[in-house]
Amino acid sequence: MFYIYCPHCGEHREEEEFHAKGQAHIVRPIDPAACDDKAWGEYLFFRKNPRGLHHELWIHAAGCRKFFNMTRDTVTYEIKEIYKIGEQPSVVAGNKLAGNK
Amino acid sequence: MSQKNRLGTGGRIDRTTPLKFQYNGKTYTGFQGDTLASAILANGIDVVGRSFKYSRPRGVVAAGAEEPNAVLQLGATEETQVPNVRATQQELFDGLTSQAVNGWPNVDNDMMSWVGKLGGKMMPPGFYYKTFMYPKSLWDTYESMIRKAAGLGRSPLENDPDTYDKVNQHCDVLVVGAGPAGLAAALTAARSGARVILADEQSEFGGSLLSSKELLDGKPATSWVKSAVDELAGCADVLLLPRATVNGYHDHNFLTIHERLTDHLADKAPVGMVRQRLHRVRAKWVVLATGAHERPLVFSNNDVPGCMIASAVSTYINRYGVVPGSELVLMTTNDYGYQAALDWHDAQRKVVAIVDTRQNPQGARVEQARKRGLNVITGSAVIEVQGSKRVSGVSVATIDAAGNKVTGAVNRLNADTVASSGGWSPVIHLSSHTGSRPVWDDKVVGFVPGPTVQKQLTAGGINGKYSINEALSEGVLAGLNALAKLDLPATEVVLPSAADMVEEASMTLFQIPHLLPTSKAPKQFVDYQTDVTAAGIEVACREGFESIEHVKRYTAMGFGTDQGKLGNINGMAVAAKALNKTIPETGTTIFRPNYTPVTFGAMVGRDCGELFDPKRYTAMHKWHVEHGAKFEDVGQWKRGWYYPKPGESMQECLDRECKATRDSVGILDASTLGKIDIQGADAREFLGRIYTNAWAKLAVGKCRYGLMCGEDGMVFDDGVTSCLGDNHFLMTTTTGGAPRVLEWLELWHQTEWPELDVYFNTVTDHWSTLTISGPNSRKLLSELTDFDLSNENFSFMDVHQCTVAGVPARVFRISFTGELSYEINVQANYGMHVWEKLFEHGKQFNLTPYGTETMHVLRAEKGFIIAGQDTDGSVHPHDLGMSWCVSDQKPFSYVGKRGMARQDCMRENRKQLVGLKTKEPKVVIPEGSQAVFDPNEPIPMTMVGHITSSYYSANLGHSIAMGVIKGGLSRMGETVYYPQADGRVIEAEICSLVFLDPKGERQNV
Amino acid sequence: MQRYSGFGLLKHSLTHHENWQRVWRNPTPKKEYDVIIIGGGGHGLATAYYLAKEHGITNVAVIEKGYLGGGNTARNTTIVRSNYLWDESAHLYEHAMKLWEGLSQDLNYNVMFSQRGVLNLGHTLQDMRDIQRRVSANRLNGIDGEVLDPQQIKEIVPHMDCSDNTRYPIMGASWQPRGGVARHDAVAWGFARGADAYGVDMLQETEVVDLVIEDGAIVGVKTNKYGVIKAGRVGSVVAGNSGVIAKMAGFDLPIESHPLQAMVSEPIKPILDTVVMSNHVHGYVSQSDKGDLVIGAGIDGWNGYGQRGSFPTIEHTMQAIVELFPIFSRVRLNRQWGGIVDTCPDACPIISKTPVENLFFNCGWGTGGFKATPGSGHVFAASLATGEMHPMAKPFSMFRFHDGALIDEHGAAGVAH
Repeated sequence: MFYIYCPHCGEHREEEEFHAKGQAHIVRPIDPAACDDKAWGEYLFFRKNPRGLHHELWIHAAGCRKFFNMTRDTVTYEIKEIYKIGEQPSVVAGNKLAGNK
Repeated sequence: MSQKNRLGTGGRIDRTTPLKFQYNGKTYTGFQGDTLASAILANGIDVVGRSFKYSRPRGVVAAGAEEPNAVLQLGATEETQVPNVRATQQELFDGLTSQAVNGWPNVDNDMMSWVGKLGGKMMPPGFYYKTFMYPKSLWDTYESMIRKAAGLGRSPLENDPDTYDKVNQHCDVLVVGAGPAGLAAALTAARSGARVILADEQSEFGGSLLSSKELLDGKPATSWVKSAVDELAGCADVLLLPRATVNGYHDHNFLTIHERLTDHLADKAPVGMVRQRLHRVRAKWVVLATGAHERPLVFSNNDVPGCMIASAVSTYINRYGVVPGSELVLMTTNDYGYQAALDWHDAQRKVVAIVDTRQNPQGARVEQARKRGLNVITGSAVIEVQGSKRVSGVSVATIDAAGNKVTGAVNRLNADTVASSGGWSPVIHLSSHTGSRPVWDDKVVGFVPGPTVQKQLTAGGINGKYSINEALSEGVLAGLNALAKLDLPATEVVLPSAADMVEEASMTLFQIPHLLPTSKAPKQFVDYQTDVTAAGIEVACREGFESIEHVKRYTAMGFGTDQGKLGNINGMAVAAKALNKTIPETGTTIFRPNYTPVTFGAMVGRDCGELFDPKRYTAMHKWHVEHGAKFEDVGQWKRGWYYPKPGESMQECLDRECKATRDSVGILDASTLGKIDIQGADAREFLGRIYTNAWAKLAVGKCRYGLMCGEDGMVFDDGVTSCLGDNHFLMTTTTGGAPRVLEWLELWHQTEWPELDVYFNTVTDHWSTLTISGPNSRKLLSELTDFDLSNENFSFMDVHQCTVAGVPARVFRISFTGELSYEINVQANYGMHVWEKLFEHGKQFNLTPYGTETMHVLRAEKGFIIAGQDTDGSVHPHDLGMSWCVSDQKPFSYVGKRGMARQDCMRENRKQLVGLKTKEPKVVIPEGSQAVFDPNEPIPMTMVGHITSSYYSANLGHSIAMGVIKGGLSRMGETVYYPQADGRVIEAEICSLVFLDPKGERQNV
Repeated sequence: MQRYSGFGLLKHSLTHHENWQRVWRNPTPKKEYDVIIIGGGGHGLATAYYLAKEHGITNVAVIEKGYLGGGNTARNTTIVRSNYLWDESAHLYEHAMKLWEGLSQDLNYNVMFSQRGVLNLGHTLQDMRDIQRRVSANRLNGIDGEVLDPQQIKEIVPHMDCSDNTRYPIMGASWQPRGGVARHDAVAWGFARGADAYGVDMLQETEVVDLVIEDGAIVGVKTNKYGVIKAGRVGSVVAGNSGVIAKMAGFDLPIESHPLQAMVSEPIKPILDTVVMSNHVHGYVSQSDKGDLVIGAGIDGWNGYGQRGSFPTIEHTMQAIVELFPIFSRVRLNRQWGGIVDTCPDACPIISKTPVENLFFNCGWGTGGFKATPGSGHVFAASLATGEMHPMAKPFSMFRFHDGALIDEHGAAGVAH
């Protein structure tokens, strides 16, 4: 069970209070009507699913009900970074920080 | 009966407290402080089980968690039965009742052993994959025979009388294992004020020191244990958990501890006590001081009762005052193994021989043995054991220095006990639970913990450091390391020390050679419980199962309840030899939780039965119960389903409720509908984006129905939302969908449109919703309010604040029945008051309570959908014939708009929701029935849709149904068929969804 | 191939089992194959077997980074059933079911397919509507199925609590008598042995580290051990790791990999004769021939390749099992483990061509993979053999996620109202 820092509550809490909501930073096309089916299908369903560093969206569902982002290793399950919606990750694949943060 | 193997003195048992216990129907006596195994051995019982495949008699081999054979059925009553309890871990209590789990007619004389003896040769590993195939029809018979033969103990057939619970714990340092290393680590951490949990699977702390004769600072080791435990017990922030097994190590330093609170007291937990507890621990740092398990050697007939691991022999003598035999032969590859013979000798029993596989051992213990005049035979091994239900003798022969072959003549020695020691395997189970792969260490001759991302430290035997002095100092070091990581001040711990003993290198040897090749030699067991032999492993390798995982799976090695604690490394060694590889090349051994088995009840805690899932009740629940309501589970809510009168069938009840509502007035407790309060300057804009229809022009005081879709365009919830103020809306959702919808709103707001000024709050539980519906509902409501209810002042789809029955209320004139209808919302704690007032005044109108079933019928008469019943995640609004509820003129591309414009969503001939009228009016089509156009088509038939809702309508005098049909909206008047399981084919005509009052006049009066 | 039989066992026992042949060879790879299958799990091995047996294509290699059948094949709860709702999935799983029914004899390897029946319990009115709908569809599709009431359920599973006194009383169930369980490892081994006999090369402990793609078409794979091995067509059957291969090919998939956990009790004497599944209280259980209660948990919500999940998921599952079977409260849980399941948004697999020519994918089976093993291999082999998707595989194209023609087994499971 993960031990997750909620950036809004400023505390570590048990995973049971949170829900994982999948890949983070999926941008809704500004003009959906301009998307063909392929583009819209990819926005809807196609995901990164990396083996290794993954940026994902979480919600503190049984807490402050706020969403935030997490960078996590999908193999070791280490949480590398927590950051708020609208922010960009500092730990990214290929980035030197990845290994030692 | 006498305890023939009990020593007169010594051990940690209390000879003044005898305890009676039963084994296989006979009564025996043991002492307080015994385990069931030590008591069994004290009474001279040899056979404690029959093996799984060959039904060979088996005796106690070990003294702890690694025991594979002494696995017994416990329980004096049906409700307290526990299968597969390891006798070595079960403390004796007065009245304990135990039985061997296999053997017919009994474990001493098992008929199945003849099958084993005669058929055993035909049961190489995986034999069942190679046979029982022909004729195919006999497989069921074969399989039921296999099933009967398998299994160990049995499940109780009555419900568990005991309770279990869970405790969440947080600590700075969790120390696992309270042997010398663990105690030293815990002391070190505790002295600086760290929050420490120390857990050990045994009844008392001390680990190996409890059965050691070594002195610490000249005093018995147990006196240091006592002082250490006393000191720890005096620390405010230290939690000591004996009888508590750390059974799983999970991510982010989350560990579970299975504590047995009463298993040592009685069959059934004493009144007021919890039988077992699961501690869920979040530890900042973990110190694993789990020690090591001794490995037995693999030799022919090494499973005959009387064959034990050497350290277990010492433990029984030193800790329990039990010598498990009369004449001992010890075989060892190392110095430590000698301890068993020394202890045996000191207990005044005969050591026949010490057989050392090394050519010229000289260590301190070897010298002690020689000094005592014991017969030390070097460069030799016990190649075979004689006896069936008890060892009667052994064959000893010289072997070469590598331990590969027998080099000399075979000597027979008489003995009833064979202890063997092949060295030690560190207990690395927990460290590998989190995915860390163990690493082979040639010096340790075993796997040690591999690299980990957990905050984990290790000390003592787990690192292959076995002497007391090393274990103590590693413990202190781990404690200091933990303190440093935690930024706590270091403390000083002065350790006692044991006399240094010269210990020589042990020989790396696992399988003892025999005169015959392994395939022909008498069985050499590797895994006792699953009957895996060295020859079996060779067969597996020969057949191409080369990965150790294949070997394990093919032979079942390590799949017993002991999970291969004794056998896995030996098995890997045998496989490695067969494959001409090293052990690390053969693979590694991955352990999974649980370290030792955990009671289901402990995993469940209190979260079963009444507390399996919370029940949500409305404020009027008591009234419903008192009025005989039947309830329906919707989400966690208990909703009134229907209110039968005495003697009334469900259909009669529904007919009455439906008619009463349409004829006069009915009342529904609708409090469970989800309610979300939405405020903010951009609330209206937000609604426009999230709903499919338009919200820009909804006036204050008006309500509107809305459909909500996913980005794929599929309907996922619906409800009425009201405008309470320019910046204030109240959204209602389906009962089950409320939490999901709230999260959905938050998701879009927080991640996509944070610039919108809007706030959401759930108010479901704050309001009671009392829906009165029917032509007399206005008259009824007017009895309780002064508010002007005229159609002009309070028209359809209005919401007004007013006073009802003396309490403030929000009244919505909305209708899910098609009747004149008011949804009265009052503060939840006024709900019952208003409900009762309505009934007081409702008598004259025959006010009739109705439940969800009547609600379903009434709304179906009007063709209103229920999201989740008439939709299933694959229908969009147009499929439902609800294009009127989709506003494509909105400037913002609302959620779902692009989705429902995908190619497949625009396809002709999609399944569309329509009404269905049966040709025979009284026949109700079962819900879920699949539709076909051609009832004569052979199977597989072409299905064109299914029934989503179906009822008998008492108001209309015929059945009505809703269902999806391919292209249904353009097939009005056509006939479809619903073939039933009983052979009937129900014929129905496709019609409009609206069966009653198509112009909607009744709700507008 | 050495044939297996009871007589053979007897014969070999006389020679102390010293003369058993290898079940499969340990071959040196050729430079080029007609077809390379990436992934030596059940589905990949079945694909190889049927390629050889049904299509005469034997110049085939199966490349497995670990050991054969070591992924989800070795980690699932072995349930086999075909009572799916939608025609597309029902036909595919029923195709598999028919193959299961003769598999031991076809492979001459006892996969211990045991048709002890599968019960899917309903605990709410909506559960029952969904069950009626599914069983009705099954029957019209020629798949066995019945709707049972609590009394009938009690006769089949006498030890389950079918009373009204539980939090979510059992209201009924669907019953597929032909469903059951099989011995998971044996399935992989049987297919591997069968494929090997036709000359298929199984390359274990060999990892595909890259794909060789020229002009938009795949021409080979690069391995860690043997460099580039050429191939006419390549089928990727790597379940949870599909995203990794897709990344090499340069496209994303509508797939996410999640941990799925399972566990077994200690072995006990026979007490449960059938497979019991409940979506609502969320647990499923059967008893293996060895006596273990085999229990499946739910999927963890986050992506993970670690073959382990969260503890609360296990706790919830155990709660469900004890809720259904209060008498198991004193039985003990022996072992738990996890697999990596590749899940699609519509809970249906992908058996498909890809944007890269001659590269085919078979993945996304979620929790449904084991039961489909022979059927999946059978239709995938046909597709690889002809270069055109088998009619039963066609609806499972990855491109359905573009045009929206999903086969939503998920949605059809019903949402609460």
